[in-house]
Amino acid sequence: MNDENIAKAESFPARFTDKLLMGMSWAEYSKKLITPFNIVAMIILCVGFPLIGLRFWKGLAAVTHASNEYPWSILLGWGLFAGVPLSGTGYVMATAVYILGYKKYHPMVRLGVLTGFMGYLFAVIYLLIDIGRPWRIYYPMAVSFGPTSVLFLVAWHVATYLTVQLLEFSPAILEWLRSRRVRKWAVMLTIGMTIAGVILSTLHQSALGAMFLLAPGKVHPLWYSTFVPVFNFISSIFGGLCMVIAVSTVCARWLRERADATFLTSLDPLTVGLGKAASIVMFVYFLLKMIGVAHDDNWALLATGYGYWFMLEILAFVLVPMIVLFMGVKKNSARIVRFGAFHAIAGIILNRLNLSIITFNWNLPNHFHDIVPPPKEALIVLSIITFHILLFRWILNRMPVLREDPDYPEEHH
Amino acid sequence: MAKTTMKRPSEGEGAEEIRQAGSESGGNKGTISRREMLQALAAAGGAALIGSSTEAFADGKFSGWPDRRGMLTDLTECVGCRTCEKACNQANKLPEPSVPFDEKSVFEQKRRPTASAYTVVNRYSELKSPVSPMYRKVQCNHCNEPSCASACPVNAYKKTPEGSVLYNADVCFGCRYCMVACPFYVPAYDYDSALQPKIVKCTLCYGRIIKGGIPACAEACPSGAVTFGKRSDLIKLARNKIQKNSKRYLEHIYGEYEVGGTSWLYISGVPFEQMDFPAALPEKPLVEQTKGFLSAVPLVLTMWPALLTMCYAATRNKEGKE
Repeated sequence: MNDENIAKAESFPARFTDKLLMGMSWAEYSKKLITPFNIVAMIILCVGFPLIGLRFWKGLAAVTHASNEYPWSILLGWGLFAGVPLSGTGYVMATAVYILGYKKYHPMVRLGVLTGFMGYLFAVIYLLIDIGRPWRIYYPMAVSFGPTSVLFLVAWHVATYLTVQLLEFSPAILEWLRSRRVRKWAVMLTIGMTIAGVILSTLHQSALGAMFLLAPGKVHPLWYSTFVPVFNFISSIFGGLCMVIAVSTVCARWLRERADATFLTSLDPLTVGLGKAASIVMFVYFLLKMIGVAHDDNWALLATGYGYWFMLEILAFVLVPMIVLFMGVKKNSARIVRFGAFHAIAGIILNRLNLSIITFNWNLPNHFHDIVPPPKEALIVLSIITFHILLFRWILNRMPVLREDPDYPEEHH
Repeated sequence: MAKTTMKRPSEGEGAEEIRQAGSESGGNKGTISRREMLQALAAAGGAALIGSSTEAFADGKFSGWPDRRGMLTDLTECVGCRTCEKACNQANKLPEPSVPFDEKSVFEQKRRPTASAYTVVNRYSELKSPVSPMYRKVQCNHCNEPSCASACPVNAYKKTPEGSVLYNADVCFGCRYCMVACPFYVPAYDYDSALQPKIVKCTLCYGRIIKGGIPACAEACPSGAVTFGKRSDLIKLARNKIQKNSKRYLEHIYGEYEVGGTSWLYISGVPFEQMDFPAALPEKPLVEQTKGFLSAVPLVLTMWPALLTMCYAATRNKEGKE
């Protein structure tokens, strides 16, 4: 009996290493790591990570514009304000499958939840680089409360939702670790966590827009609307749907060997189905944007420079992708739907950058000079994106996300 | 307490109760003990206090601490000597600037408060005005309901009864939302600090005014452009000035109503937007702009779970749904 225990204790690290290296030896594994993609990624990380170090050594001034007029740059404009709506993947997929009963989308749920979890995790990473004293990030939760602030709500929700998403994804981790008993508990939480996820997402997705309501003179009136919380929430729905299409496309192309037959064969019909949902939500969003202009009677502003920019966003980056998605659905072509999805994602990024950076302080002199990020900051962002992709791939390579583990068949919740 | 009763003998039941409680407590062995009496007094007095002031504190009606101080800048009197900048720098022990305070070349560019300067003076020489050139001193306006305070997720800002809007670096984590929220572009951030960055802004010389002193800039101003006093008195003073010399001044006290009113007030001979004052600010405090959203939060928190559980219950047994 004693010997058995010792053998078990010895075997655990060995088994764990085996899992980390995907069953290969160190030599095999490191050899397999040398690919053109990894080499480029390494170069980017070698440039970007020291620049993050520079921020903590010389201050934000060393890497960003450090402007008192433009307190937020692309670190947050991209990482938080554009990243979070595109991470709506978890709550839209979990709602569709577990709450609304669209069970045929089950092969894509875990991918959606993982994409969402990683999106929030990295939003927090961007935040930790940007804020002045990152080790105080829990202060709104524990030390000093500012409940009149919309950001207070965002802080609480992002923290809670990150935990919720980790719990939602935990069955995959536990299957990977072969922890059958804990996994059973984790699976039981699914419905509760899904509902919690929808509530939290509704509120903080809209809150990220509501934050800018406090700056009426600074955000251009075409983007400053009392409806901005609704715009942000609605666009996070189709943002999430389109991101699932985009991420599954990329995975089916480059991580094909990690997916099972169910995933690969259902991919095209499910893509068309998601595209259909996305195009309907985009139509609602488009109408709401029009109502927003009418509500504030901003029609006259459409004939200005910013008005053209607004129309470009609304027509070329909302209406056009919506039509492309719709065409793809009509022709039952996953290929066309994928084009539409990538286009719609670009539209959401443009919208959030417009709100948080491009039209923020639109009436200050030298405005356009101040919103172009300095190269160092752009490199930091690029390196975090690279790290994001690498970590994502690392997980997909190991855990049952694109496939169902044969030992843990799907259970009906 | 006693005073309240004396002053308002006929005001409501609170006063009645106090008097009754008072008479009964005369006998030491009475039914009401000393402690009970004190409690009754406190309760009644509290009720009277709250009752008479509910109106003042009700939503949207809080007009600010009654005795708060403020400043009046008469833009027509400022001569651009930058004495205030120097006095402020010394009073607040800020780092010495690279360009001395008597250097006029700084006016070639428009400046703003920074991590090393609470206040700066800008020159406007190209304006059509009775006095030329015009100068504008920029610093925190100490709003009645500051939007920096409503933006702060860690409650680092406080509007004191004296009028100052104060910032507490001990809880700040450096999100800079206050800088986004400030309509006057005032809070500055020391981006150069790697590990201990903080917000920097004027305090209305809080340390001096609680001791009965006056802010350094107002004390130093040689031309009488900056006056310190009770905000209500300053409004009267500004009105008087405008009335007496209607050719010199426009009939607008900037800060009287802008974003719910500010402690720092301005009068001028040229329209304020020509001197880069933010124009067309709402008269309501900016916190009103997010109230609608925040009041919808409890609704979502309570309605969503019910609706979603209903959806789940309705669909859980359906198989093969598209």
